[in-house]
Amino acid sequence: MPHYNKYFDQELQDLKELVLKLGGMVEEQVSNAIISLTDRNVELARETIKLDHLINKLEVEIDEKCIDILALRQPMGPDLRFVTTAIKIIDNLERMGDMAVNICERVIDIAAEPRLKAYLDIPRMADIAKHMLKGCLDAFVTRNTDLAQKVRLEDDMVDALMSQIFRELLSFMVEDPHTISRATRIMFIAKYIERIADHATNIAEMVIYMVEGRIVRHTDPEAGN
Amino acid sequence: MTAMEQVVNEIDAVAVIARNVNFYYGESQALFDISININPKQITAFIGPSGCGKSTLLRCFNRMNEVILGTRITGDILIRGTDVYKEGTRLETLRKRVGMVFQKSNPFPMTIYDNIAFGPRMRGLKDKAALDEIVERSLKQSDLWQEVKDRLNRSAMELSGGQQQRLCIARTLANEPEIILMDEPASALDPISTSKIEETIQELRNYYTIVIVTHNLQQAARCSDYTAFFYLGRLVEMDTTAKIFQNPSQKRTEDYISGKFG
Ligand SMILES: Nc1ncnc2c1ncn2[C@@H]1O[C@H](COP(=O)(O)OP(=O)(O)OP(=O)(O)O)[C@@H](O)[C@H]1O
Ligand SMILES: [Mg+2]
Repeated sequence: MPHYNKYFDQELQDLKELVLKLGGMVEEQVSNAIISLTDRNVELARETIKLDHLINKLEVEIDEKCIDILALRQPMGPDLRFVTTAIKIIDNLERMGDMAVNICERVIDIAAEPRLKAYLDIPRMADIAKHMLKGCLDAFVTRNTDLAQKVRLEDDMVDALMSQIFRELLSFMVEDPHTISRATRIMFIAKYIERIADHATNIAEMVIYMVEGRIVRHTDPEAGN
Repeated sequence: MTAMEQVVNEIDAVAVIARNVNFYYGESQALFDISININPKQITAFIGPSGCGKSTLLRCFNRMNEVILGTRITGDILIRGTDVYKEGTRLETLRKRVGMVFQKSNPFPMTIYDNIAFGPRMRGLKDKAALDEIVERSLKQSDLWQEVKDRLNRSAMELSGGQQQRLCIARTLANEPEIILMDEPASALDPISTSKIEETIQELRNYYTIVIVTHNLQQAARCSDYTAFFYLGRLVEMDTTAKIFQNPSQKRTEDYISGKFG
């Protein structure tokens, strides 16, 4: 539905594309962080850390664009919800980028030591988190609240894997204290991935607000909220 | 409480009730089946595209449309339970209860003091002290007192546009109305005068029922509690102002407030 002012339409379209661009960059950073972990690729981890500033820069740029729109266009109704949602989405995306950096830092820490089992279910957990990230971005572009709900439900799987990984790492440490330094770092990595999934969930909830004007944060998705 | 008493209480709790109002200028119908409740001691904004009937409905509330030849109204308008169009309703009493401020300020060509004292004098008040008191209170309420207290005997025509508008608000307040209707009261004013008028409106909110017609959506958002959206002579929806501007329930409202065409 076009606005009477076509320049405003263009600005909203540009904003959407920038959010997607940022989302794509974060997806790639998260992917590379996980690859660097599973392949024990320190070079890739260093490379990934280096690229984080690009995400920060784009986030600031989008933030400024949103503030400009709020100040100059004074959007109302759905446009207001779109712009305020975009501000929150990019904040969450930027935090996911930070998590990717944190994963890479731990990868570098543990690279010198022998591999600790096949990192348990961490790759599986990472796959779900990446799927959630992709899902929440798709939900944002297509304004698809069903998809957003699915992302919220996926978060439960990530939480379940997290506690399973936690128990397994704990048993390693109990059996063989030599593994403690590696196991704690792996634990951190699992936690970072869990945080990524949480941010994806936040974004999914914001998409529901953007489309329906209904705030579903802190409610139970399984109760149909 | 009996059912009848409950009905009476409900009617009492609403400042203005319009029920199934249709309004015609000659052959052409300007309002279609409008039913709306205006909440007491709150600010209600009327918004909608030009020609949708906002001013017409506002003028129905105090029978200002009657001066136009060939107009006709059906349906009911109740002000605190009193049927406005019932035979025997006195226009003077009605206009005292329901004051009006227009888009173009219209001070009388007389002194500032006499402008404010005009209504009370018309009703027979002669006591100087009482009149002084009304003039001061009304000018204070409309936030003009500080600016004019030393020149009450100068002509009102010497005031700036924004001051004249606040004078007109004070003149309305001097009649101690229950309801104040404002038809685009700030549309011809600069941002500072507009802010002052808006502040005045908000300060009056707890004492008077205010209905304001405005084309400035931000103004409606800033200073009203409820917003009613009209389209082609019909009421599309009325809700809290926060709801209307964040998440209205009707598509037409949504398109209008976000500047889209549908
Ligand atoms: N005196 C009149 N004689 C005939 N038709 C009139 C008269 N005043 C208004 N109308 C018609 O009635 C309809 C509603 O007019 P009204 O002035 O109530 O609209 P409005 O919503 O206040 O518009 P605006 O925002 O431009 O002031 C319009 O179609 C208008 O042309
Ligand atoms: Mg009008």
